[in-house]
Amino acid sequence: MKAFAALLDRLVLTPSRNGKLKLLADYFRDTPDPDRGYGLAAIAGTLDLKSVKPALLRDLVLERMDEVLFRYSYDYVGDLAETIALVWDQERKERIDDDRQPRLSAVVTRMNALGRTEVRGAVRDLLDRLDPSARFAFIKLATGALRIGVSARLAKQALADFSGRDITEIETLWHGLEPPYEALFAWLEGRAERPVLATPAIFHSVMLANPVGEGDLDGLDPADFAAEWKWDGIRVQLSAAGSTRRLYSRSGDDISAAFPDIVEAMTFQGVIDGELLVGGTARSNSATRTFSDLQQRLNRKTVNARMLEDYPAFVRAYDILFDAEADVRPENFVTRRSRLAELVEAAPHDRFDLSPLVPFSSWGELERLRADPPDPVIEGVMIKRLDSAYQAGRLKGPWFKWKRDPYNVDAVLMYAQRGHGKRSSYYSDFTFGVWAQGPEDGPEGDMLVPVGKAYFGFTDAELEVLDRFVRNNTVERFGPVRAVRAEPEFGFVVEVAFEGINRSTRHKSGVAMRFPRIARLREDKLPRDADRLETLMALVEAKEAG
Amino acid sequence: MKPDQLLYPAPAGLYCPSGDFYVDPMRPVARALITHGHSDHARAGHGAVLATRETLDIMAIRHGPDFCGTAQPVEFGETIDLSGTRVSFHPAGHVLGSAQIAIAADGTRFCVSGDYKRSPDPTCAPYEPVACDVFITEATFGLPVFHHPDPKGEIGKLLTSLKQFPERSHLIGAYSLGKAQRVIRLLRDCGYDRPVYIHGSLSKLCDYYVSRGIDLGDLRPATLEKGDRTDFAGAVVVGPPSAFGERWARRFPEPLVAFASGWMMVRQRAKQGGVELPLVISDHCDWPELTETIRDLAPAEVWVTHGREEALVRWCELAGIPARPLHLVGYEDEGD
Repeated sequence: MKAFAALLDRLVLTPSRNGKLKLLADYFRDTPDPDRGYGLAAIAGTLDLKSVKPALLRDLVLERMDEVLFRYSYDYVGDLAETIALVWDQERKERIDDDRQPRLSAVVTRMNALGRTEVRGAVRDLLDRLDPSARFAFIKLATGALRIGVSARLAKQALADFSGRDITEIETLWHGLEPPYEALFAWLEGRAERPVLATPAIFHSVMLANPVGEGDLDGLDPADFAAEWKWDGIRVQLSAAGSTRRLYSRSGDDISAAFPDIVEAMTFQGVIDGELLVGGTARSNSATRTFSDLQQRLNRKTVNARMLEDYPAFVRAYDILFDAEADVRPENFVTRRSRLAELVEAAPHDRFDLSPLVPFSSWGELERLRADPPDPVIEGVMIKRLDSAYQAGRLKGPWFKWKRDPYNVDAVLMYAQRGHGKRSSYYSDFTFGVWAQGPEDGPEGDMLVPVGKAYFGFTDAELEVLDRFVRNNTVERFGPVRAVRAEPEFGFVVEVAFEGINRSTRHKSGVAMRFPRIARLREDKLPRDADRLETLMALVEAKEAG
Repeated sequence: MKPDQLLYPAPAGLYCPSGDFYVDPMRPVARALITHGHSDHARAGHGAVLATRETLDIMAIRHGPDFCGTAQPVEFGETIDLSGTRVSFHPAGHVLGSAQIAIAADGTRFCVSGDYKRSPDPTCAPYEPVACDVFITEATFGLPVFHHPDPKGEIGKLLTSLKQFPERSHLIGAYSLGKAQRVIRLLRDCGYDRPVYIHGSLSKLCDYYVSRGIDLGDLRPATLEKGDRTDFAGAVVVGPPSAFGERWARRFPEPLVAFASGWMMVRQRAKQGGVELPLVISDHCDWPELTETIRDLAPAEVWVTHGREEALVRWCELAGIPARPLHLVGYEDEGD
């Protein structure tokens, strides 16, 4: 448990991706089986552990300490798991040897073997035998509240880094394996053959596109390519083998439980690739709804009947990997697409449709189509070589994505906060605002309302400029946040680019931007020249009107 | 004589009318007894100051040679009579020169502990219990959540990180008096013999510690000779935590910020401060040490000052020891 607890403690406070990868890879290398496999499962969200209710933990701690002292402690720390982990020892001072603490695997095995009446005693005993850091990790695991900012994908990348294997190979195997992943580690360390999967309907790594860069299309013949709309949903993979049906996110997370409507409609056999959207299919003549509607259905463990009715999901199919049992990935796009068309035709019409092709004869024509798509939920076009096989990963050449140009507004810098890691001595997280009518009439009544936060998009040199401005023009401090001068005639204007905009009840301004970043510094502009909230609302309304 | 006739909180600090002196006063007074050199306890501008040799030296380093009218050094254990009130200084184990002050008159004896700790610290004399009727204790970490781990284990975390991230400079936030020197000494005791780079504000106090026989090994200024950033890759740099948010810190490649403090026990505190590597190293008592000390001394009464007063008072109540909070203002715990 010690090694895992130490890993969690570091991961939580390590902001950089590379730092996290290094910590994870070292953990996988230095920790023996089966502990590392359970650690991996805990991080990737595949660990099955008997759950413990917070009320039980509170009971246990109050058996041993004064309630008033516990309340003072909880008020100070603010997190129940951490409070309990820290106060558990009371006045006991003897330190627990690292090797006398139970191992992670022992904790998991013991917890999962417990009968209902044995939980209380076992949890008390484990809390006694772990040190504060391990106790914290145990409580977080047992209460199911492990939040450490590491995705399953990142954990797999760390496995790749530590073993030198390709991440796509690991992802292909992943969903057929179970904790503690001993066969996987044996293969990663070159001690055994690649594990053979018994489970059907596993995830296969998806094929990704590269953005069209300057000059990328020059010299390419449009006749060699097909184009499709790029829909603004989430990319998914559907896998059906025998009676097993699975819906996976692009990174291979199993999201079947949140989409029973889709899973139920998977009457086909095989593996297809598509966009998960909310609304109705083209062949049921209903509209595709926006990403913010789709968001209502994402990141849920389960879904209720009301959600299913208000936000019906469907899949717009892009490609096919397996036609029943046959691996069709080596076939070309055209052949695969005719197989896909056949499969979709037979699938329930209200849950599946085929992503339409966009006819075009020149890149110029496609560019015009891209800039003015027929549906507001389209965010650009995909360009695919007709002779391309389905290859996992992001290869340069066969597939391109050509997104609509992002939205742009000029906004005024309002608040800044210091960054992390490399940027800890820079003010690099910026909150910006636009003008809105305040309580008073006339131009004097105008006030800035914050509309978003951005912490990238600028160059290092631009960051120096921003940082200097913040340090020299701070008007107020709120803990780590500085408010900067932002007046009509004095302040800092930045051009903010973003991918989309939606209504939001959570933000005071009433709008929320997707993926905002600082595109340019507009030192040539005065804050009074910055955009107004009305402009942003108009973008939202235009989008909604479609 | 009632205890609070011998010593009581006045606006300028704890005051003893029979000896006409203050202990660690917050503003200039005619006569002050100073427990230790942290700036919230040892202010400049008093008339006469009575303190240990080291505390007087530290005050002179921090405030200049004219920090008071007259300075009188006192040895540990030596009794001094101030108009019939007997005072003596005893090691507190907090930082170099730190003392508890015993004050006795008319059969009542106080112990003003100042800041103290009981875990071993190679940079200062170890804490000694002082028998007393009234014990005035600090409560900086006076909550049951605070359990300071073995400091060598914390240094072990730092050494592990240096191995894992040899390309990053490790910036260790440590307050300039006591903590910085203790961290450096701990590094040496754990076998780290490479140079340690220090922020300019630490150099005088580090020199002073060395002059008092505390070997800190190879210390070098964390300054930059004409811009080669790779100079500090994998280096250990010690500085005051406030410096790491300043432009000064930009000279270091991919800085990894560590902070040596008892507050680092609480994850959220580390997270809010942008600390990547919390090192729980404290120069104060943790909760078990506070309660153990009160049990050991078995005073008739406990007064609790600066910190989490209410929790320690509650503990005393439960233990059947009369206790009250002092609500002295002005102590900000510079040292942790």
